[in-house]
Amino acid sequence: MADKVDFELVSPERLLLSRAVEMVVVPGSEGYFGVLPGHAPLVSTLNPGVIDVYENGAIDERIFVGGGFAEVTPERCTVLADEAMPVKDIDRGKVEADLKRLREDAAEAKTDAERLSAEAAIAVAEAKLAALTA
Amino acid sequence: MPSLKDLKIRINSVQSTRKITAAMKMVAAAKLRRAQDQAIAARPYAERMARMVAQLAGGVAMMEGAPKLLAGTGKQDVHLIVVATADRGLCGGFNTTIVREARRAIRRLQSEGKTIKLLCVGRKGRDQLRREYARLIVGTVEDVAKPRLAFAAAERVAAKIAEMFEAGEFDVATIIYNRFKSAMTQIVTIQQLVPVPVEEKPAGQAETSDSVYDYEPEEEAILAHLLPRNLAIQVFRALLENAASEQGARMTAMDNATRNAGEMIAKLTQTYNRSRQAYITKELIEIISGAEAV
Repeated sequence: MADKVDFELVSPERLLLSRAVEMVVVPGSEGYFGVLPGHAPLVSTLNPGVIDVYENGAIDERIFVGGGFAEVTPERCTVLADEAMPVKDIDRGKVEADLKRLREDAAEAKTDAERLSAEAAIAVAEAKLAALTA
Repeated sequence: MPSLKDLKIRINSVQSTRKITAAMKMVAAAKLRRAQDQAIAARPYAERMARMVAQLAGGVAMMEGAPKLLAGTGKQDVHLIVVATADRGLCGGFNTTIVREARRAIRRLQSEGKTIKLLCVGRKGRDQLRREYARLIVGTVEDVAKPRLAFAAAERVAAKIAEMFEAGEFDVATIIYNRFKSAMTQIVTIQQLVPVPVEEKPAGQAETSDSVYDYEPEEEAILAHLLPRNLAIQVFRALLENAASEQGARMTAMDNATRNAGEMIAKLTQTYNRSRQAYITKELIEIISGAEAV
């Protein structure tokens, strides 16, 4: 068995990462899970959160995803993210401004659909801030 | 023999045509770059998504109560063909090739006794298909790429397809579009959207580990999420490829048009100069022979 897992992270805009890694930790909707080679096949939805890529037992890269899907097989792990960016690229000021605006939108939302989409966006923005402080 | 004045008018008119086609070529080239980057960047996501759904489909389709978007209705009687073309013309054979492929598909399916419904994305496809198959067209979506192609537009198309499917208006949906290869070449592509095409497993490949997935949360919840999104992504991808192909086709067509106009101007100018020379010579002869007669 290979001692690495082929990890791919794609967003609708581009392919962010595609390489063999030692382990990745993915924010599944029912809790974070780590993927090592030989993991049982799994399909999961993702919560907004941070993907940690491990090399040599330490975190090598941290990438924020705003929800999506993950597919795990014994050989590879594919993450289809709705939105993805490296944690170090998150702009705190911008996210805080967005969050403020989104809260206003949510408060003013007229229909349930509008409110739900605003709340989903708020959850993503809050997760971004949490990723920065973690 | 056209007069000198006619020739001059003709030359001027071709010259302004050339200016227009040259400008259109520049615009198409600028738009092409953007559309191409967008289309190519979207490919990995759409491909992974398709692969993931196809694998899921292989595992789940046989089970009872599988979502219909995945497994189909079990019938193949009514086909929905999504014909994705451009809203504008002057792009060479771009729209025509798609429509030709659509016609071929319609004929083939009709000869098999299937019912066809058409959903036209883009004005040009509708215009061309309306002549022959006006009764088959169930809907048209226009201006998907205005001001620029956004995911929301694809979601709108996908939502419409999903809605029709839920209402039981068709059993199988395919989309016809041009896949972008280069500015010169576009490949007409037919892709099945609903039900999700199931990958044929190569013979001899063990499918013990691959087909049994754990699901988090339960598979119904995932599939309820994943399938509409997959549909939207595949439509979006087709539209992106189409947008890039359209600009590529237009650039090539306008490049040819500009070159042809240049050739025409050269020929007309030569004719113009010859006639002018002939005219001068004729006048000289008249003057000389007049002087000799005196």
